[in-house]
Amino acid sequence: MEIDPFIFRLSIFILSIFIGYYVVWSVTPSLHTPLMSVTNAISSVIIVGAIIAGLSSDLENVFNTSNIFGFLAIFLASINIFGGFLVTQRMLQMYKKKKKDK
Amino acid sequence: MSANISAVFYLISGVLFILALRGLSSPETARRGNFFGILGMVIAITVTFLFIGNFSTSFIYVLIFLLVGGLVGALIAYKIPMTAMPELVAGFHSLVGLAAVFVAISAFLNPEAFNLGSSGDIKFSSLIEMSIGVAIGAITFSGSIIAFLKLRGIMSGSPITFKGQHYINLLLGITIIVLIFYLCKTQSDSFFWGIIGISFLLGFLLIIPIGGADMPVVISMLNSYSGWAAAGIGFTLENSALIITGALVGSSGAILSYIMCKGMNRSFFNVILGGFGATEETTFSKGKEKKPVKSGNAEDAAFLMKNASSVIIVPGYGMAVAQAQHALREMVDTLKKNGIKIKYAIHPVAGRMPGHMNVLLAEANVPYDEVFELEEINNDFANSDVAFVIGANDVTNPIAKTDPKSPIYGMPILDVEKCKSVLFVKRSLSPGYAGVDNELFYRDNTLMLFSDAKKMTEEIVKNLD
Repeated sequence: MEIDPFIFRLSIFILSIFIGYYVVWSVTPSLHTPLMSVTNAISSVIIVGAIIAGLSSDLENVFNTSNIFGFLAIFLASINIFGGFLVTQRMLQMYKKKKKDK
Repeated sequence: MSANISAVFYLISGVLFILALRGLSSPETARRGNFFGILGMVIAITVTFLFIGNFSTSFIYVLIFLLVGGLVGALIAYKIPMTAMPELVAGFHSLVGLAAVFVAISAFLNPEAFNLGSSGDIKFSSLIEMSIGVAIGAITFSGSIIAFLKLRGIMSGSPITFKGQHYINLLLGITIIVLIFYLCKTQSDSFFWGIIGISFLLGFLLIIPIGGADMPVVISMLNSYSGWAAAGIGFTLENSALIITGALVGSSGAILSYIMCKGMNRSFFNVILGGFGATEETTFSKGKEKKPVKSGNAEDAAFLMKNASSVIIVPGYGMAVAQAQHALREMVDTLKKNGIKIKYAIHPVAGRMPGHMNVLLAEANVPYDEVFELEEINNDFANSDVAFVIGANDVTNPIAKTDPKSPIYGMPILDVEKCKSVLFVKRSLSPGYAGVDNELFYRDNTLMLFSDAKKMTEEIVKNLD
C-alpha cells in the first residue's frame, strides 16, 4: 500500500514546527523586533502561489479573474518581501555599531 | 524544470529560512542570517518562474507587479521611523493575510493551474487546506488592520467590548467550520465567499476588545496566524518552502505571544478575551486621594545623577512616544564621561511589541552590551544609586508583589524600588495602562519629574554640564 504524499507534507510541517520552536527560543530577546519583521518577510514566500496564478493564463486573456487576484497577491507579497527584509537589515545595521562607542 | 528538481530547490530555500531565524540568536550573526533569508526568497521566486516556464505577456505583468510592490516596500522600509515599527509590522501582517486570501481565491477559481483538479471538481483535501488557509488569512488581515489602526492612534487604544461578544465570536467560528464542511460537499463558490466574509468579520471582532498595552501579545499572535495561513496555502500548493516557512513563522509567533503573556503574568486566553483596561477604572478612581509627592526639576535630577556612581535606565512606551531615545543617549554619554556606570533595564513587555525598546536604543547608538533583560539585571537595582525611569510605569509597580487583589498581581517587575533613589520622568501622576496607582510615586526616595520625556532629558543634559 502506498503512502499518500499528504503524509510526507504533514511530516515536513510537524518537524518544521519543532525546528521553529527550538530556533526561536534561541533568539536573543533584544532581537525580537527584527525576528518579527524577518518572519514577516519570509512568510511572504506565499508569492510563489501568486506567481503560479499570475502566469497561468494563455496569451489572449491575461486578465481573467484568477490572474487578477494573482497579480494583486504578487503586489502585496512583494511589498512585504522587500519591505520586510530591508527594514530588518536597517535594524540589524544599528545593532552592529556597538564597538564604536568605546 | 522538472517538478522534482524544483521541489529540491524549494527545500533549499526552506532550509535557508531556518538559517535566517537561527542567525538572530546573536547580533553578530543576525545580518548574515538576513542574507540567507533573502537568498532563500530569490531561489524560491526564480525556481517558480523556471518551473512554470511561461515567459509570455503574463510574465511581463508578473514582473511589473513584483517590481512595483518591491519599490513600495523598499520606500516604506527606508522611510519608516523606528518608533513606528509596531504599526509597520502589523501592517505587514495584514498584507501577508490578504495575499494568502488572494492566492486561495485564484486557486479556487482556476484549480487547473495549481493541479488541484478542475473547477467544480476540486480535490477534497485541497479544498480543506485551501479553506483553512483562506480563513486564517482573512482573520489575520482584518485583525492586523485593527491592530494597525490602534497602534497608529487612528482608532482608540481602549478596548471595545459589548455583551455577548465571546459568544458571537464562537458562533462565527462554528459557522466557518460548517461552511467549510458544505463547501467540500457541494463545491459551491457561495460557501467559499461566505468563509472569506465571515473570517474577515471574525478577525475584526477578535481584536477590537484588546487594549493598547496588550498589543505586544496581539502582534505576536497575528504573526503566528500569518504563518499558519501560509502553511495552509503551502499544503494546497504542495510546496515545501511554504510549508516549512509557515510552520516556522507560526511557532515563532506563538512563542513570542507566550513570552509576552508571561511578562504580564496573564494567561493567553485572558489577553485574547480582552477588556483588561476597561474593567479597572474603579481601582483607578479609588486610589486618587491626594498623597504627598516629591516633585523636582531637571537641576535636581542632574545633581542626583552626577553624584551617583551607578545609574540604571528603565525605558518604557513613554520614551517611544516622546522620541526621547536620542536625548537619553546624550544624557548617558555625559554621565559616562563623569565616570558613572550606566545600564539599561528592559522589561519584556515594555513598549508595544516584543523587543521594541531594544530597537529604539540601538537606533540611538546604545551598544547592546549595556542593555539587559529583566532576569539579568533585577539583582543590580539594590546596588545602584539611581534608577531613571523614563516613560515606564506598571512594570515598576511593587504592588504586583504585594497586593493579590491588584490586576497586575504576580506580574514580574523591575525592582526599581530597591534603588537608593528613583527618578520618574512622567507627564502626570496618572496611572499606567493597567489603571493601577503606582505607590512608588509617593515614596520618600522617589523624585517625580513632570514633563515630556524628551524635553526633560534635554534639560537634564544642559544641567549636567
